[in-house]
Amino acid sequence: MIVPLGHIFLLAGIIFSMGLVCLVAHRNLIMTLIGVEVMMNAAAIAFIAAALRWKLMEGQAFVLFILAVSAAEISLGLALVVSVYRRTGSIDPDRYDILKW
Amino acid sequence: MTLYAATFYLLGIVILTATGLAVTRRQPIHAVLYLIVAFLGTAALFFLLGAPLLAAFTVIIYAGAIMIVVLFIIMLFQESPRKIGMRSEWGPGLLLGVVFLAVAVATIFKDPGSRIVLQGAVAQPRDFGRFLFDRYWLAVEIVSVLLLVALVAILHLGKRRDTEETEKGPSPHLSPPGGEGRDEEVGYHKEGH
Repeated sequence: MIVPLGHIFLLAGIIFSMGLVCLVAHRNLIMTLIGVEVMMNAAAIAFIAAALRWKLMEGQAFVLFILAVSAAEISLGLALVVSVYRRTGSIDPDRYDILKW
Repeated sequence: MTLYAATFYLLGIVILTATGLAVTRRQPIHAVLYLIVAFLGTAALFFLLGAPLLAAFTVIIYAGAIMIVVLFIIMLFQESPRKIGMRSEWGPGLLLGVVFLAVAVATIFKDPGSRIVLQGAVAQPRDFGRFLFDRYWLAVEIVSVLLLVALVAILHLGKRRDTEETEKGPSPHLSPPGGEGRDEEVGYHKEGH
């Protein structure tokens, strides 16, 4: 006996909305990437809870793929941030106006 | 309340506190350090919910690898960390988060299935590995290709080009790709005129 399913989903929902706020509110590309990571973490918690609820291992397999995708995403995102920092000298998205006439 | 339930709520409080502190920090370094705590709590939660292999992967990959990479990247920036932390706009973001959370809570508790109390079960790592490579071997291969593609893309992006002349004027990177010699040729013509 652990806990009701809704409580785990509630935890995942709160973490996901925290990640959403972090993604939207911060004007800093690194904090944006951190927000995406938090959201993926919440999705992983929800998948694990569903896997335990229905006793299916597909949910855990999905979490493994979420791990791999988030590793690829964060590394590529950080490489993009470093590349754009080299060009503009800033990680504020508001400064990226080279294309604007 | 059983011991499992008490552990779950304790872990939930730890994860929520650490994540909440992480997303409100202005300095990315502090955020990353709090997030490591949150990911360690998540790993313990995975273990509690019957996924020991994924708990180990979370410690190794999330808390161990990804967050440390973010930390190193933050240290790569030459500005002082105080300048990296910049202004934020909390109003619309908080509104969006609250609306999302309200919808999520309504959806979760409208469903009578959410009151089902879970029974403990553990997917042993051996069974999980067999299951994964029996049924989802193609997905595993696709994920390995994805990681390879990400690696190639990072190597391409990380190639150091001439970084000095990007301050003003049209960047030489915007010219069509043609290698070093071509760039010099274009520059030579401009000087000639």
